[in-house]
Amino acid sequence: MSGTDQENMSDQVWDDLKTRAQALIQKLEEGDSSNIHTAIEDLNAARDRNIYVEVGKLTRGLHEAIVNFDIDPSSSVEDGEEDGEQTSQMTNAQDRLDYVINLTQTSADKTMDMVEEGIPIAGEIHDRAQALKVDWGRLQRREMAPEEFRDLYRRMDEFLEFSGNSSSLLSEKLNTILLAQDFQDLTGQVIKKVISLVQEVEESLVELMRVAGQVEELTGMVRNTDEPKSPTKVASIEAEGPQVKTDSPDVVTGQDDVDDLLSSLGF
Amino acid sequence: MDKDMKILIVDDFSTMRRIIKNLLRDLGFTNTAEADDGSTALPMLQNGNFDFLVTDWNMPGMTGIDLLKAVRADDRLKNMPILMVTAEAKREQIVEAAQAGVNGYVVKPFTAAVLKEKIEKIFERIG
Repeated sequence: MSGTDQENMSDQVWDDLKTRAQALIQKLEEGDSSNIHTAIEDLNAARDRNIYVEVGKLTRGLHEAIVNFDIDPSSSVEDGEEDGEQTSQMTNAQDRLDYVINLTQTSADKTMDMVEEGIPIAGEIHDRAQALKVDWGRLQRREMAPEEFRDLYRRMDEFLEFSGNSSSLLSEKLNTILLAQDFQDLTGQVIKKVISLVQEVEESLVELMRVAGQVEELTGMVRNTDEPKSPTKVASIEAEGPQVKTDSPDVVTGQDDVDDLLSSLGF
Repeated sequence: MDKDMKILIVDDFSTMRRIIKNLLRDLGFTNTAEADDGSTALPMLQNGNFDFLVTDWNMPGMTGIDLLKAVRADDRLKNMPILMVTAEAKREQIVEAAQAGVNGYVVKPFTAAVLKEKIEKIFERIG
């Protein structure tokens, strides 16, 4: 709905109302009592019709914005959705956001599985290398008996085999970790779509506010001039989740800031 | 510091519990248990001989700040050291937690080094 359309619309409304009002005045002046009632109703109906048209347009616009919301970045996602199905996608958006949570959870789990499996392997390589290093040093200093040397020889052989196998196992795990980060791309796309839906809804709401203002004007409703009271400060402190705007003065910038604040409180 | 002390980790996200559990294990603490919010944590604390509590703030059900207050109000638990590990980063929130009797406060995202430092500091202070 462009501004010009709206102005034309508004002029048309005013002309319509003026014509009918003049007709009413004429009837009143002529003392045409039988037709005064009809003229009043006519005027009323014209006013109502325009309100309905405006509200109807808005409702359609809002509905379109919601229906057009489709955040499926790849149609391959298993959601059994029929093509061309024109249901509201709002519920779907909630599912998609759940999908983001699931995807990030799966990825985090997979990554941590790999880390948990990898740490003991790295630990064992370290421990065995450390032990060999000690004996290797004794060999270099010629402090080793031939019997011990044979043992070291065997252990060295085993260690080389073991470290070869372990490092391929570790690379495999590191690659799995790398691949587990693919969620970023997928969730990013879904979240971007949600952001644009929110923007569309916001624009529609602004438009709704604007039309609501005109409806008030058309109907002559008295605007409530009382400013909405700012919500009274809640006594208890609520959890807010991560602070997105970290440059705000009432938000700490990091752990150092937390430590400073706590030490100022005697911690 | 007793490496065998029993630690309860409270966070609604299993990922975060797992990260904290792994970091604690890396620091030598292996005796840990988990709860996903204050209302499941509190009975565990009351029955479980825990030595240390690590809790998030923002959780469904009972929040971490309410858990902190409940622990401080419980005669048998009131001396338990509590570390808050949370994304809540407003000054008034940190002040609130301090006034409620928290022993340490770590903001997410955090590093292993910060967690270690705060835990050491808590046990240094309480001896």
